[in-house]
Amino acid sequence: MSSPATILPAGTPAPDFTLHSTPDETVSLRDFRGKPVILVFYPADWSPVCGDELELFNEVLPEFQRLGAQVLGISVDNVWSHDAFARARHLHFPLLADFEPKGAVSRAYGAYRPEDGVSARAIFLIDGTGVIRWSYLSPVGVNPGANGVLAALENLVPQDANAS
Amino acid sequence: MMDPTATLTPPVGPRDHAQGSADAPVTLVEYGDYECPFCGEAYGIVKQLQADEGSRLRFVFRNFPLTQSHPFAEKAAEAAEAAGAQGKFWEMHDMLYEHQDALEPQDLIAYATELGLDVERFTRDLDAGTYAERVREDFMSGVRSGVNGTPTFFINGRRLDAGFDLETLETAVNAAAGSRRGA
Repeated sequence: MSSPATILPAGTPAPDFTLHSTPDETVSLRDFRGKPVILVFYPADWSPVCGDELELFNEVLPEFQRLGAQVLGISVDNVWSHDAFARARHLHFPLLADFEPKGAVSRAYGAYRPEDGVSARAIFLIDGTGVIRWSYLSPVGVNPGANGVLAALENLVPQDANAS
Repeated sequence: MMDPTATLTPPVGPRDHAQGSADAPVTLVEYGDYECPFCGEAYGIVKQLQADEGSRLRFVFRNFPLTQSHPFAEKAAEAAEAAGAQGKFWEMHDMLYEHQDALEPQDLIAYATELGLDVERFTRDLDAGTYAERVREDFMSGVRSGVNGTPTFFINGRRLDAGFDLETLETAVNAAAGSRRGA
């Protein structure tokens, strides 16, 4: 896969991928055709900050689910690290291991930091047909909030604004 | 550093718990979790900041419990709201942050007793989840405002991404007061 210099913008077909979510299971982007997917690239499991990005997305998960979206986390950590991390933080969405070849999927989305060897903090909203509808790269050292992707998702999904 | 995409939504209004005057040139809003240790650290820093800044600063607290990581955070937030319904939000807020290691239901009731609340009503409110929706409203307003962890601070409606040590907050308050004067 080629690696763009910046994150893939809205309107771009989302590169498909198949990555391990556990030692025995894989997840492919195409598995989710027909529903919106929120791809959350992040630098590393075991971030030392409390209430970090993934905990935030975990907490907002019911809202994303209400809107029919699937959340997937991606970093270059391996499946065993993901497994321990997901258990420790009670995460209720899959963490995918962009581990071998290292960072290949992150690179395909323009969300790899070769200088650090980790994924950038980038978020993509992919629609049910596999097209990126919104993307965001957060500045180094700043956790993105869920506001941008939530607004983009609400924009994408026709809904009764009062439903909850 | 302020992120222009992260703007306090909705702005501070009558439903908020606020310390200080609505006329203060600077309003600091914290989204916090009573069980989060970083919020516990921020608690003392904000107290110092309030002492230093006096009438120049209004402080508002909104609930942002990370319930998956912090099993006692949700009920603690509801406890502060239940105390607020009896006119003692800030007293309970302080009590909770000063006892972050003891936030189980019997602890909350002990604090209500110590603060002289109507304990029967307080317990009923906690059991019934009377203020759960209010806490959820705070939480979702935080999500929409770009809260990216706990604690997250907003100064005059803009998210502060520079950290929350005293010096950083003082600098941000000075900058906000200055820009308001110049406007």
